[in-house]
Amino acid sequence: MEIRRDVFQAIADPTRRAILTLVALQAMTAGAIANDFDSSRQTISKHVQILTECQLLIQEQSGREIYYHINAKKMKEVADFIEPFRNMWDDRFNKLEAIMKNYKPKK
Amino acid sequence: MEQKTKLNAENGKQEYVITRDFDLPLELLFKAFVEPELVAQWMGTNVLKLESKKHGSYQFETKDAQGKVAFRANGVIHELIPDRKIIRTFEMENAPVGVQLEVYEFEKDTDDSSKLKMHVIYESVEKRDQVLQYGLVQGINWAHNRIQEVVSHLK
Repeated sequence: MEIRRDVFQAIADPTRRAILTLVALQAMTAGAIANDFDSSRQTISKHVQILTECQLLIQEQSGREIYYHINAKKMKEVADFIEPFRNMWDDRFNKLEAIMKNYKPKK
Repeated sequence: MEQKTKLNAENGKQEYVITRDFDLPLELLFKAFVEPELVAQWMGTNVLKLESKKHGSYQFETKDAQGKVAFRANGVIHELIPDRKIIRTFEMENAPVGVQLEVYEFEKDTDDSSKLKMHVIYESVEKRDQVLQYGLVQGINWAHNRIQEVVSHLK
């Protein structure tokens, strides 16, 4: 029986989100991805498979190696492309504001 | 609620501009960018080095729960005019997005409010888009963490 995988199910898992964060920076082989985790290669390979099945990752053959890179188009289904980046800075600046409102200069 | 942080990233350009209004006097806003312990707090990273002066350099490092380095960045300060301007480079280590040039402009609004304009320029359109994309993944991470926090408080 084929299990239907959707994007939201895929990103609900912290390891899979960590994999996406890694691959977002550069295309990587499954082995290289696994090296960044303490989990077994099989576990990571399973996560990569799920991310590929729901098209968040795309496979690209380069010689004998298969590289995985992020599918920006699919990611856009999850969220607007730029909004999370803005949110990230908004969070940081909210924090800055809160910290500085309580700031007491040292004597 | 209107969002206080605005991002302008036009298609096909190798730069973006972030603007933000703060309910803080200009001096306090500027201080948050030059004092190492304050930068560490709001950026959520360890500040290994921060020489807040012209030709000074800086280095940030974040470790995960297992003590493994998750993020490292460094750069050089090219210009620092107190309460007005910082021009610096920023480079994330082990990331193929290259060096970005950052121009921070600080401006007084009222005695208790101030504005920041952050202009960031990349080597290419592709590299800028890659960074915005990285934010996308991080954003999802953080949104999930926040949901988890909220949920754990409900328990």
